[in-house]
Amino acid sequence: MSAIRVSELHKSFGDLHVLRGIELEIRSGEFVVLLGANGCGKSTLIRCLNGLAQPDRGAVEVDGLDIGRARGRSLSRARRQIGVVFQHFNLVPNVSVFQNVLYGALGQQPGGLARTLPAFAPGNLRNRAMACLERVGLAEHASQDCRRLSGGQQQRVAIARTLLQDPQVLVADEPVASLDPRAGRAVMELLVEIVRERGMTVLCSLHQLELASEYGDRVVGMKAGRIELDSGRNPVGKSAMAALYQGVVRVDDALPEDRTHAVAQSA
Amino acid sequence: MNELQGMSDPKPMATDTTPPQRFRRPSPLLWVVVPVFLVLLIQGVLVMEITPTRLASGAVNLMHFIGRAFPPYLSDLDVIGWAMLETLYIALVGVTAGVVLSVPFAFLAARNTAPHVSVRVVTRFLIAAMRTIPDLVWALIFVVSVGLGPLAGVLAIVMDTIGFAARFFSERIEEVHPGPSEALTSTGAGRLSVIGGAIMPETLASMTATSLFSVEKALRSAVTLGLVGAGGIGVELAAAMRLFNYDEALTIILAILICVLGFEQLSSAIRKRVI
Repeated sequence: MSAIRVSELHKSFGDLHVLRGIELEIRSGEFVVLLGANGCGKSTLIRCLNGLAQPDRGAVEVDGLDIGRARGRSLSRARRQIGVVFQHFNLVPNVSVFQNVLYGALGQQPGGLARTLPAFAPGNLRNRAMACLERVGLAEHASQDCRRLSGGQQQRVAIARTLLQDPQVLVADEPVASLDPRAGRAVMELLVEIVRERGMTVLCSLHQLELASEYGDRVVGMKAGRIELDSGRNPVGKSAMAALYQGVVRVDDALPEDRTHAVAQSA
Repeated sequence: MNELQGMSDPKPMATDTTPPQRFRRPSPLLWVVVPVFLVLLIQGVLVMEITPTRLASGAVNLMHFIGRAFPPYLSDLDVIGWAMLETLYIALVGVTAGVVLSVPFAFLAARNTAPHVSVRVVTRFLIAAMRTIPDLVWALIFVVSVGLGPLAGVLAIVMDTIGFAARFFSERIEEVHPGPSEALTSTGAGRLSVIGGAIMPETLASMTATSLFSVEKALRSAVTLGLVGAGGIGVELAAAMRLFNYDEALTIILAILICVLGFEQLSSAIRKRVI
C-alpha cells in the first residue's frame, strides 16, 4: 500500500512555477531520499505533504488522507500522522529542551497547550517525552535552554519532538544541511535507526550524494519542478545523481563551498 | 526550465571608476519643504507675539514664583502622600488592565497572527485611535462619562496603554521567526496553541520590557490627569496653584519628582534583568 501518493501536483508562488506536475508514490515503510539543486522545488514538495503549503492543482494523499484538500480541524488531525524535520531545527527559543519535546504532543492532547506545559502535562506524557529525549541521547540536557545546544544536538531535540508526535510518515527537509559533516552523519544515522525501529515511511531531501546512496532505499531526483530521476529499487549511479545539478550550479553561485565542491567533484 | 536559464552568467559590464559626487543635488521636494517650514516658523513666532520683553517679564514672574515657593510647605505631607499613592494606584491598575487587553489586540493586529486582513485593519485603526488621542483628552471624556475621580484616570490610562503597548507588542510579534510556529503547526496544533507555544515564549521578554515602560509613562500621565479632575496628586497640584499656595505646590512637584525618578530607576533595573 502506498503511504504517500502525489499526482499531477502543481504549485506556484506568484510568477514562479515551482512544482510542475509531480508524480510520486512511496510505499509504506520505504526510505526515499529526494535530491535536487537549490530552487528545484524539494522544500515545496515536502511542505505540501504536511499541508504547510497548499497545492494549486493535483492531489496529495498521505496515509489515505487527502492533505491537499483538508482544511481546519481535519487538516490538523491529518498532520499528526506526518512528522516534519526541518533544516533549521525550528525549536522554540527561551523554553527548555524538555518543553520543546513536549510540543510534539501539541496536536494530540485534548487540553491543547496547557497539557503540554511541563507543569501541567500528565505524568505518562512526561515520561514518554523523557524516553524520547533519552532515545536521542540528550536526557541530561532536559532542563537546558535549547539555544545552548550545538546544531547537531538541536536537531536531535527536533527528532525527539517528532518521536513524541509518533507519526506514521516522516518528511525531512535537508535535516543535516546546516550541520558539519560529522554531526550531519551522526544525526542521519540516528534518524535512520529510529525510522527503521518504528517502521516509518520517510521522504528526506538531502544534498550529500554519498549519504543519499548510503541511506536511501530509493533515490528520487528533482529538476526544475519535475521528477527527473527515480531509482526504484536499483542502486543509483553518482553520475545520474550529479546530472540533476548540471546546468544549475554556477561558479559564482552563492552556494556554500562544500556543496559546490561535492557537485563539481562528482560531475 | 525558464527560471533556471535566467540564472546564466551575467556579462561583466564596463564600470565607471570615478568616485561619486561630493554633494548630491537637493531633491525638488526639499525646495518646497524648506521654504514652507520657514514661513510657518516665522509666522508662528509673530502670531504668538514671542517678544524679548515678554520673555524677560516671564523670567521675573518665575523668580517671584520660586521666591514664594521656598521653603516648601511640609505640614500637609500626609495628604500629599495619600494623593501620591492614589496616583500610583491609578497608574498600576490602568497599566495592568491595559497590558492585559493589549495582548489580544496585538495578536489581532499582527500580520502573521491576524485571522483575517479585515480584522487586522480594524484593530490597527483602533490601536492608532487610542494612541493618537492624548491621555488628557481621554481623561476629559471619562470624567464626563464616569464622573470626577480616579476611575476616570484609570480608564484614560487603559486607553493610552493599549495605544502604546499593543502597537509595540504587535510589531514584536511580526518579527518572530516563522520556523518554530511552523514546526508546531506541522504537529497538528491549533492556532491558539501555536501562538501560546511558539510566539509567546519568543516575545515575552520584549513584552515585559514594553510593559515596564508603560508603567513609567502611565505614572507621568497619572500625575497630569488630576489636572482635569481624574484623581491623584494632580488634583492637589491644581488646587495649590489656583490658591497661590506655591510652597505647597513645590512640595507636590518634589514628591512627583522623587516618585517618578525612583520608579524609573527600579523599572530600568528590572528591564536589564529581563532582557
